Amino acid sequence: MKMFKLFTTATLALAFVGSAFAQETLRLGTEGAYPPFNYINKDGSVGGFDIDIGNALCKQMKVKCVWVTQDWDGIIPALNAHKFDAVLASMSITPEREKAVSFTNPYYSNKLQFVGPKAKPFEPTAAAMKGMTVGAQRATISAQWLDQHMKGDVTTKLYDTQENAYLDLASGRLGAILADKYVTYKWLQSKDGQAFAFMGKPVYSDDKIGIAVRKDDNALREKLNAALKVIVANGTYAKINAKYFPFSIY
Amino acid sequence: MNAALIWSNLPQLLAGAWVTLQLVALSGLLGIAIAVPTAIARVAGPAWLRWLPYSYIFFFRGTPLLVQIFLVYYGLSQFDAVRQSVLWPVLGQAYWCAIIAFSLNTGAYTAEILRGAIQGVPHGEVEAARSLGMSGSLLYRRVILPRAFRLALPAYTNELILMLKGSALASTITLLDITGAARTIIAVTYTPVEIFLAAGVLYLILSFVIIQGFRWLERRLNAHLHARLA
Amino acid sequence: MNLHGFGALLLEGTWLTVRLALAAMTVAIVLGLLAALAGRSRVAALRLLAHVYATLVRGIPELLMLLLVYFGASVVLMKVASLFGHDGYIELSPFAAGTAALGFMYGAYASEVVRGAIDAIPHGQIEAAQALGMHRLLSFRRIVLPQTWRFALPPLGNLFLALLKDTALISVVGANDLMRNTAIAVSDTVQPFTFYGAAALIYLLLTVLVTLAIAWLERRVNRGMRRAAT
Repeated sequence: MKMFKLFTTATLALAFVGSAFAQETLRLGTEGAYPPFNYINKDGSVGGFDIDIGNALCKQMKVKCVWVTQDWDGIIPALNAHKFDAVLASMSITPEREKAVSFTNPYYSNKLQFVGPKAKPFEPTAAAMKGMTVGAQRATISAQWLDQHMKGDVTTKLYDTQENAYLDLASGRLGAILADKYVTYKWLQSKDGQAFAFMGKPVYSDDKIGIAVRKDDNALREKLNAALKVIVANGTYAKINAKYFPFSIY
Repeated sequence: MNAALIWSNLPQLLAGAWVTLQLVALSGLLGIAIAVPTAIARVAGPAWLRWLPYSYIFFFRGTPLLVQIFLVYYGLSQFDAVRQSVLWPVLGQAYWCAIIAFSLNTGAYTAEILRGAIQGVPHGEVEAARSLGMSGSLLYRRVILPRAFRLALPAYTNELILMLKGSALASTITLLDITGAARTIIAVTYTPVEIFLAAGVLYLILSFVIIQGFRWLERRLNAHLHARLA
Repeated sequence: MNLHGFGALLLEGTWLTVRLALAAMTVAIVLGLLAALAGRSRVAALRLLAHVYATLVRGIPELLMLLLVYFGASVVLMKVASLFGHDGYIELSPFAAGTAALGFMYGAYASEVVRGAIDAIPHGQIEAAQALGMHRLLSFRRIVLPQTWRFALPPLGNLFLALLKDTALISVVGANDLMRNTAIAVSDTVQPFTFYGAAALIYLLLTVLVTLAIAWLERRVNRGMRRAAT
């Protein structure tokens, strides 16, 4: 019986090592499966454009930041469940999302563009793509765009992560994917993306990416906005930008 | 708690329920087709061949279903040889990959259940059949297997419920079963609790139907056992 | 097998998987014991609660329960905590959510196992204890409980093996278990077969180790029991 009690206490202690009661540090949520904006390194730490921006903002605001990873389609519910205080995961500002969360000012701009195999090019119109199987990540504006513009013309497949969508594009299960331009730009330069290319012009160019905070968290939003303004003005932003892209994405 | 939200998304969830049913039914049938020869090979096969069913059962019962699904769907597609083979039209589709993974998984568990049932057939019945000159496939077909199936029924019902729940993993490879439909809805509405609760209720209804159905089957097949008490 | 430098990450994930399985199993056994006792209680409401727990919870897919607990538990915990005057935010880490969800679900299965184990103890022993003047609680603690363990161990062992595999689901709520770290390695190297295959082998190894441990425990618990001559 003693053994059992000891065992129980030990395992439960191990279990709850990870739980937290409200802490002073700022917790930033990200996905970790969206290179080059956010990804996980071999040692388990997060890295990428979003992470560098986040760390720069925290340094400017003089707060300690902790990164928490969360699967993409649960990231807004997780924010609202207080698992972290802000989402820095290349999230686009959309009216639908603004019903659930608040956004800071944009920290980069984005376009949506189709990607397909070089051997089977196509025009990015509903007529030209009729009957195709197109992939997108679930809960993204790409998935939303496909639903609004090409429902019924193409078969849409939704993936948990962008990476899995690339896997299926590479293996030929998909005729095309719709995704953020700069993310795909990096993938096209990698070994697996060699046989693929952008198809036609971007189908949506007005996308702005912001940091999401809870709807009632105006204080944090203002702090982040102020810090963002500073790092754009003093060149920190440009330095981070240059680390990942030869052109500006602001 | 927003009940209207559940109501407006019910059609999508019900469409998912139909996919779930298909996955469970097809995988169940294929699983039985795999399990019967595997169980017989385990019990009565030539000794030098027994490692084959044993390894199959060992692998599929010893690894998580999630790993198995990913191995079939993403793992196999890694190889050019597979992509260019004649199997690609089948392996290329998430639906069939899910069914293959589920069938192989349930086949292994069912084979073990069947093995236990075959070994549980009262020895007297087998001896009587043998003394009448029955052997080989006739013995299995007319005496052992019918008895074994009836013995296995409660445990198999359990396995079927486990499969119903395992089918939720199909959502991880783009299939729109109940869980897949739920996650797609939540991706737009951001209301996980309501939608997951609704999905849970759908699963409960399906498992209730399966349990009741098999109880009816059990009563019919074992009617001769119950009649004695009447 | 070339792991491209991801070996350390996979090992870290394995360690989390093992910790989660042990923690969840502890919760499950405790809940199962409580539920089995409640099922035998003289209070009808307790019996009903135990019955509902055992039947309802087993019908919901583990994935769904995990998602519900991960997103919904914080809300419930905060409401409960505010009753006690604590108005801060209580977050459940993915690990705690996984432990709670899996422990809660497997507790339902465990309650059935413990119930069966308690029923299996020869009633004569309990009668003898009563004849000696032991009241219910004492006879339970000294006679029934130690022997329950003996009967419950094999099926609890099977439950633990199933639980070990279900820990793979925690990858879906972001915990860095073996499955999630495998997915990270896959996205970096684009070799799904290699890494999911490696993960499968690790789970197999864990299964073998646990099976051996359970066999050892079974031998210890059955010390001194005479076995029928076979």
